[in-house]
Amino acid sequence: MKWTSTCGGEHFVFHSLKELMAKANEEKSGDALDGLGARSDRERVAAKLALSEVGLPTLLDEQLIDDGVTEAILARVDRPRFDQLLGFLTVGELREQILDEGFASRWEEDALHQLITPEIAAAVAKLMSDLDLVSGAAPLRVLTRCRSTVGGTGVLASRIQPNHPVDDPSGIALSVLDGLLFGCGDALIGVNPAVESVQKVRDTLQTLDQIIERLDLPTQGCVLAHVTTQLEALRQGAPIDLVFQSVAGTDAANTAFGISLALLEEAQEAVIAHHRDRHDRYIGDQVMYFETGQGSALTASANWGVDQLTCEARAQGVARLYDPFLVNSVVGFIGPEYLANQRQITRAGLEDHFTGKLMGLPMGCDVCYTNHVDADQNSNDDLLVLLASAGCTFVMGVPAGDDVMLNYQSTSYHDVATVRRLLQLRPTPEFEQWLAARGLWRHGQLVRAHSPALHFGELHALAVGPLT
Amino acid sequence: MARGVTPARLFLDGPATSYSTADLLRLRSDHAAARDAVHASLEIDDPALAPLVQEHGLFAVRTLATSLRQYLAYPHLGRALDETSRDTVSHLCPSDVDLQIVLGDGLSPRAVARYGPQIFDLLVATASRHGWSVGRPIYVSRCRVGIMNDIGDLVRPTAIVLLIGERPGLATAESMSAYLGYKPRSGHTDADRNLICNIHNKGVSCTEAAPRIFDLVRQLRTYGVGGISVKEAMPASHRPNIGAPPPA
Repeated sequence: MKWTSTCGGEHFVFHSLKELMAKANEEKSGDALDGLGARSDRERVAAKLALSEVGLPTLLDEQLIDDGVTEAILARVDRPRFDQLLGFLTVGELREQILDEGFASRWEEDALHQLITPEIAAAVAKLMSDLDLVSGAAPLRVLTRCRSTVGGTGVLASRIQPNHPVDDPSGIALSVLDGLLFGCGDALIGVNPAVESVQKVRDTLQTLDQIIERLDLPTQGCVLAHVTTQLEALRQGAPIDLVFQSVAGTDAANTAFGISLALLEEAQEAVIAHHRDRHDRYIGDQVMYFETGQGSALTASANWGVDQLTCEARAQGVARLYDPFLVNSVVGFIGPEYLANQRQITRAGLEDHFTGKLMGLPMGCDVCYTNHVDADQNSNDDLLVLLASAGCTFVMGVPAGDDVMLNYQSTSYHDVATVRRLLQLRPTPEFEQWLAARGLWRHGQLVRAHSPALHFGELHALAVGPLT
Repeated sequence: MARGVTPARLFLDGPATSYSTADLLRLRSDHAAARDAVHASLEIDDPALAPLVQEHGLFAVRTLATSLRQYLAYPHLGRALDETSRDTVSHLCPSDVDLQIVLGDGLSPRAVARYGPQIFDLLVATASRHGWSVGRPIYVSRCRVGIMNDIGDLVRPTAIVLLIGERPGLATAESMSAYLGYKPRSGHTDADRNLICNIHNKGVSCTEAAPRIFDLVRQLRTYGVGGISVKEAMPASHRPNIGAPPPA
C-alpha cells in the first residue's frame, strides 16, 4: 500500500506505512542517523497530512515489525471492542477526540487505553503540537499501587536517585535523607548501581530497606541492576519492592539488553511471590519499574527501519504487558546522536509522556541531559514545568541535579519542591501524611526547615544510627 | 559531614526551595568545564602517553569519524577503524595474545591521559606475573566502545580491555571506564561486554580498578564467555575508599 499527499504545491509519495510514520515525525537526529526522517519540512507536513487520514484499523492490520513484541501486544487487543469503539476513526479524528472535553472519562470508563496500540499512540502523537501533548495527557490519570499509591489528580511524585560513584551505603543514605527533607522519594528510592555484582546489589537493597523500614516511609526501594542480577539477589535473600529493567521496543533490541519477554514474566512472578511472604507492607501488586528512551532500539541496530518515537511507544507496549507500578522515559540520557538539542529533547519528553499515558501507563520522566548535547539546566527547567503541567506521574530528585555516578544532569530535590509549589502539586497521599506527621508539610506546602540539621539529625539517628 | 562520604552536592540551602546564588553559579561553572572536556583532544605525542609509547610501543590509529561533530552525531563511525588504521593494527599487533589493551579518547580525552597509563602498567604487571601474553597497546582517537569488535576481528586476542573516557559529569569532567570483552567479534553488543566505570580520583581509584579488571578478565577466560552472565565477585569486606570531595 502507498500514500500520497501534497504540501506547498509539491507532491509526495510514501511507499510504506513505516516510511509514512517516520517522515511524519518531528525532527530527531536519531531518525536522520538512520536515514528515516523527512528530507524537507514540506515532506514532513505532507506525511502528517497523509497520516491524519489513515484509519486506525490499518495501524493494527499492517504491522511495521513482525516479531514477538508485536505478537504479545496484539494478543491483548480485544478486536471486536476495538472495532466498536475506535475502528471508525482516522488518526486525525482520534487527535480531535483526545483533545475534546469528556475524553478522559470515556478513556477511563471504556478502558480505551487497552485498545490503543503503540503504533496508534505514536501516530496520533505525530499529529499533535507540544501544547496538544500537554493538554491531551493532563486529564489521563493512571493510579498504581505497591507500598503507596501514585498517579492521583494533583499529585506529582518523585524518585530519589541517591547514586554514588562506588555505592557507598553512608553516601547513599545521606542523599536519601536530604531528599526526604524536600518532600521527595514518594514514587521510589531508586539507586543505579555503580557495581553490577550480586553482593553489592544485595547490600544496597538492604540499605534502602533499612531506611524505609526504620523511618516507616510509605515508598518503595529499588536497585536498578540488570534483572538477572536482581533475581539472584532476591534468591540470596535481598528484599525487593520493585524489580527494574530497561526495555526496548523490539525483540532484537531486548536481546541486546540481555532480556526476553519470558525473563520479564519470570521476574514479575518471583517478586509477587516474594511480596506474599511480607504482605503486610504492600497495598497493591504492581511490582515492575521500567525505563525506556527514544533511540534505544537504534543503538542496538534493532529498529527495523522504524522511527524512534514508534519504537519508544513499542517499548512502552512491552512495559504494559507486566502491569508496571512506574515507567520512566529517561529522555535526554541517550545523547546527541538521537536527540540533538533542547528542542528535540523537549519534544521527545512530551511525546513519551503522552503516548505512555494514552496507553494507560504510570508515566514519569527523567528530565535530563548529558554534557555532550546542546542543552543545559535552563532547558531542563523548561521541560520540567511542561511535564508537571501535563500531569506527569513522577520525576527524578537528584542532589542539585548532578548525578555523580552516571555523569549527567537531571532534576533536583529543589526543582521538585519548586515546581510543586509553583503549580500547587502534592506528593502521594501516604507520603504527604508521613511528611505532615514530621512537621515537614503543612497547608498543602512543604515546610522548609531553616535549621534542617535538626530534622536531619533525627532522621539520620532513626535510619542509620547517631551522627558521629 | 557529607563531604567525607559522597561527592553529591547535599544540604544546599537557599531562598525557599531555590539554590543560593553561589550554588547556582557553581553548577553553571562545572557544566562549562564539562562542556570544555568534551571538546578537548588527546594526541599520541601528549606527555602523558610518552612512557607507553617509549616502553610499550603504543601507537595511534583513528576511526572513520573525521570530526568531533561527526563523532557525536554518527556513533557507528567511531566503532570502525579507517582503512589505513586497519592495516596498521594488523601489521603492528601480534595476534592471538591473551590480553590486548586499547586506549580510546571517548568523550573525555583528558581522563584517559590521566588514568589510562597507570591502569595499563598495573594490568600488564599482573598479567605478566600470571604468565599471560600481552599485545602491543593501541590508542584510538574518536573512539567508541564498539571498536572492540573491529580490533577483535583483526587481532583475535582472548580478551580486550578498552580504557575509554566517559562522558563528563559535573562532579568530575575526567572519568574513565574499562570495557572488557571475551574474544570480541563483529556483532557483539554491550550484553557481551563487562564494565568497570567511574575510574577517577573521587570514584574508583586506579589501584582498586586494576585488580578488579584483572579478576573479571580471569573470570571471562575461565567461563569462556563475557557479558551479563558473568558478575563481578567482591568480598563483603571490600569498602572502596573515597577521595576528597570536589573543591568548593
